[in-house]
Amino acid sequence: MPKCTIDGIEIEVEPGTTVLQAAERLGIEIPRFCYHERLAIAGNCRMCLVEVSPGPPKPAASCALPVGDGMTIKTDSPMVVKARRAVMEFLLINHPLDCPICDQGGECDLQDQAMAYGRDRSRFGEMKRAVPDKDMGPLVGTHMTRCIQCTRCIRFITDIAGVPELGATGRGEGMEITTYVEKALTSELSGNIIDLCPVGALTNKPYAFKARPWELHHTESIDVLDAVGSNVFLDTRGNEVLRAMPRLNEGINEEWLADKSRFAVDGLSRRRLDRPWVRRDGKLIEASWSEALAAVAEAAKGLKGEQMAALAGDQADCEAMFALKSLFQSLGSPHLDCRQDGAALDPTCRAGYLFNTTIAGIEQADAILLIGTDPRREAPILNARIGKRWRAGGCPIGVIGPQTELTYKVRHLGSGPADLADLAAGKGDFLKVLKDAERPMIVLGMGALARPDGAAILAQARALAEAVGAAGGNWAGFNVLHTAAARVGGLDLGFVPGAGGRDLAGIVKGAGEGAIKLLYLLGADEIDMDALGKAFVVYQGHHGDAGARRADVILPGAAYSEKPATYVNTEGRVQRTRRAAHPPGQGREDWAILRALSEHLLPAPLPFDSLAELRRAMVAEVPHLAREDHIEPAVWGTFGQPGETGGEPFMSPVKTYYTTCPISRASPTMAACVAEILGQGTASQEERTGTDG
Amino acid sequence: MLNDVDRIFTNLYGRHDPFLAGARKRGDWDGTKDILARGQEAIIEEIKAAGLRGRGGAGFPAGVKWSFMPKQEGPRPHYLVVNADEGEPGTCKDRDILRHDPHKLVEGCLIAGFAMRAHVAYIYIRGEFFREAEALQRAIDEAYDAGLIGPDSCGSGWQMDVYLHRGAGAYICGEETALLQSLEGKKGQPRLKPPFPAGVGLYGCPTTVNNVETIACAPTILRRGGDWFAALGRPNNSGTKIFCISGHVNRPCNVEEEMGIPLRELIERHAGGVRGGWDNLLAIIPGGASVPLLPKSICDDVLMDFDSLKEVRSGLGTAAVMVMDKSTDVVRAIHRLSQFYKHESCGQCTPCREGTGWLMRVMERLVSGEAEVEEIDLLEEVTRQIEGHTICALGDAAAWPIQGLIRHFRPELERRILARKRRISPGAAA
Repeated sequence: MPKCTIDGIEIEVEPGTTVLQAAERLGIEIPRFCYHERLAIAGNCRMCLVEVSPGPPKPAASCALPVGDGMTIKTDSPMVVKARRAVMEFLLINHPLDCPICDQGGECDLQDQAMAYGRDRSRFGEMKRAVPDKDMGPLVGTHMTRCIQCTRCIRFITDIAGVPELGATGRGEGMEITTYVEKALTSELSGNIIDLCPVGALTNKPYAFKARPWELHHTESIDVLDAVGSNVFLDTRGNEVLRAMPRLNEGINEEWLADKSRFAVDGLSRRRLDRPWVRRDGKLIEASWSEALAAVAEAAKGLKGEQMAALAGDQADCEAMFALKSLFQSLGSPHLDCRQDGAALDPTCRAGYLFNTTIAGIEQADAILLIGTDPRREAPILNARIGKRWRAGGCPIGVIGPQTELTYKVRHLGSGPADLADLAAGKGDFLKVLKDAERPMIVLGMGALARPDGAAILAQARALAEAVGAAGGNWAGFNVLHTAAARVGGLDLGFVPGAGGRDLAGIVKGAGEGAIKLLYLLGADEIDMDALGKAFVVYQGHHGDAGARRADVILPGAAYSEKPATYVNTEGRVQRTRRAAHPPGQGREDWAILRALSEHLLPAPLPFDSLAELRRAMVAEVPHLAREDHIEPAVWGTFGQPGETGGEPFMSPVKTYYTTCPISRASPTMAACVAEILGQGTASQEERTGTDG
Repeated sequence: MLNDVDRIFTNLYGRHDPFLAGARKRGDWDGTKDILARGQEAIIEEIKAAGLRGRGGAGFPAGVKWSFMPKQEGPRPHYLVVNADEGEPGTCKDRDILRHDPHKLVEGCLIAGFAMRAHVAYIYIRGEFFREAEALQRAIDEAYDAGLIGPDSCGSGWQMDVYLHRGAGAYICGEETALLQSLEGKKGQPRLKPPFPAGVGLYGCPTTVNNVETIACAPTILRRGGDWFAALGRPNNSGTKIFCISGHVNRPCNVEEEMGIPLRELIERHAGGVRGGWDNLLAIIPGGASVPLLPKSICDDVLMDFDSLKEVRSGLGTAAVMVMDKSTDVVRAIHRLSQFYKHESCGQCTPCREGTGWLMRVMERLVSGEAEVEEIDLLEEVTRQIEGHTICALGDAAAWPIQGLIRHFRPELERRILARKRRISPGAAA
């Protein structure tokens, strides 16, 4: 292992370590703009120059220089300081220095490092360069005159997002970062280039000119807009969440965040249910909490347990589901379901509904089969990991399901259950690919499970996993990719039909036929509201969406940003949100609403008066929910129901990536994305460009 | 002066048939099989013994460069890349080889490729060299047809394929790693070194990039022996070299001469002397746009080779001698070069991207004297801030001509500034 001396301190590092990394290990910070530890090395900003001996009598870029044995490196010699001052001067001569009106002000690398290496006044007397701004779509705002051409954005979009949509045109002073032809970025990870940009050239468009970073309050939380559970900071001023930023978690999102999770936060302050409503004579009327709760009690009066049912939605937290389950058990109702898409997930075997490989584990896989899933739209962060694994080489990826552009190369093996059966029977060579692989992965999406033959497909996939050595041994290669943040938590809690209970289809059918007279929707908006017949519908949730429109009583709850709550992501990792803002108006935390309702419905209220007491009761039933950021390993077992499969091709449940939940549907930014990026909802391309005659 | 028998490029002026029949008459493709039969190591040793230094500008010993290639063929193929992207202002030596003696290059590709265990050679030719590309392609086709290259080159059993690739007009693509990027179809921007091309080059495979003249010299050196080549010129600066003489001379020309010939002799013997006589000389840029100019006092007795020119703080570069007589506006001449470098900077590294434009703009004002005297020092400092701080040498190349100007013509710069001050406010600058 090479040994070197940095600023007089000796250090031994792994071969291939760069001087910059070695210095970092010693706590010596070397300024940089173009270098980023997760991106390819460019070495073009020249800010990280250091003096190296033996070597030529000029400074070397430490980000690109591997440590050699016996090197002596100086990071603060007069030569180095002079060189860095020079680079800083060059960066600033054509930089507009418009910090007072720049959104990056206060969190700008150039600003910070100019404090260390900048001159107090400019020696540059010529005209500054101006660069035309680019339109990169509704998410990324551009101020290209500020760009310092570090190319981080290009490298991210090309190497990590996997869509070669950004590049540089022109050369010398005329070099510009651009989308080549003016178009919106289509990547679901495009927002990350805003964080990567070391200056204010790429900014958060919806957040533009809203706030200064030092005015914001950062809350460590969890994202629930997909099932990945990305770690986020929610930045608030007053009671409004102004932006979401990724928070480092190597196991999940590294330091990236998907666009929906980042930009849909403006939906949190729109179309909110901020007071209870009660339907009288077919019209929703504003009501007080006591009136609303009394209205539910009135409707429930005289009903038997089996005439009531409850469904939990995609963003329901564990505490609320536990409270709702306790309430309905006490009422004697077995009709519970947390699978509002009707997915044939088997709650009896935990390994059968988790992403067992884990997201970080994808990097160990050496062959991947995707069944009925479009990970790019269902879980962009996870898709980026698959892409990362694929780009590392030696990992063939097969797809049975929708044929979409996944940002890496796949072998499309078919689109429906018959193709899966063919593969399992050894037709074609992909079965052999999986069998020969040491660590094969099978990813089963909701597109394969949320259908009438889902249970049979689940069983088939289990058999395939066992046959190719993806399960049962040391390697857990069987994976279910969820689309809803609440799903695994609900299954862990057993928010599923009890003995003799109806599942989703049964409940909806029962409601339509009149067997279910009271239906409780805990944030469930994705079911067919027209099929509920005359049932009395109670909707508890935070947004005025499909559920609220159908409801007879609306109980305003809290969104994920407004409550400390437990979620379990698709890997089975237990995580907690923290309160970044308060629910608007009279909205309350969901468990507390259920606790209050229980006083009206039950002879004795639910046995917890605080969140802590509720959690104690919940953990007593499901112990692993107490262990935050922990994945309880699941034991392999039998799940699924062998049977006949249909002929319908697998379809991804995510039709429109930007609008999948009440929050994102309420977000104007997401609506703009649908219009501009997907070209839906507004005038067609021809009409907009005026080329339709 | 070089004897005619010692010339390598005997059809430099295109007076004879450039193609196969003519080339054979001049001795090309003679005994190539025997040369290959000597084996890789022997060929490299011979080139090393000849002391052939790269003719593209940097002057790195060619034999040593070839020896950096892996000694065994691994799973990755080896590549020879010939840099025919001759774009250095003032330089036109490769052009004459390409159009008048292309077989020297094709034969060189075979021998050099064989020596470095490459089965494929790419010749990256400057896009503007349209007729030259046609001539070279014809020579390549002839060599294929005659079995000189191809699956069994010259009957040696060695497979050698030569491909011609036309550039698209960027000076920076003459830098070896930018050339590789461009050849791969990417934006022509220099790569970080290390890794060097001999380890990770074209498509990530071991690659050697050589100038046209370097490769075209090789067959003759191997036929006549390294000793012959080494005996020409001065120690460590051996052999012959094509000089391109342009500017204020009576007969601008390309001429092959012995290394180390005095600059004055070179101009007077081959180019008919400086226009208006040697005493009318103002300055000479001895090695293409990238090297600092030399005032007449140095030109009087400097020798034309790598080390002699380095001693006077200039360089041999591509040996493009640009002569300026006393009618020249030397500031404007250097300003023109600054414009060139600003235009051709790839934009990758901060100092070059931002600095070349700064230099150009200050130079523009210095032409008319629209500046302060202190700005000369600022200009000098900016060139020092660019020099040595970039990935490739374009930053250095942009800095050096200006450094040369300030070193040798500072009084002229000051004179203009003060003259202008007097003009716009008489009395103030008195």
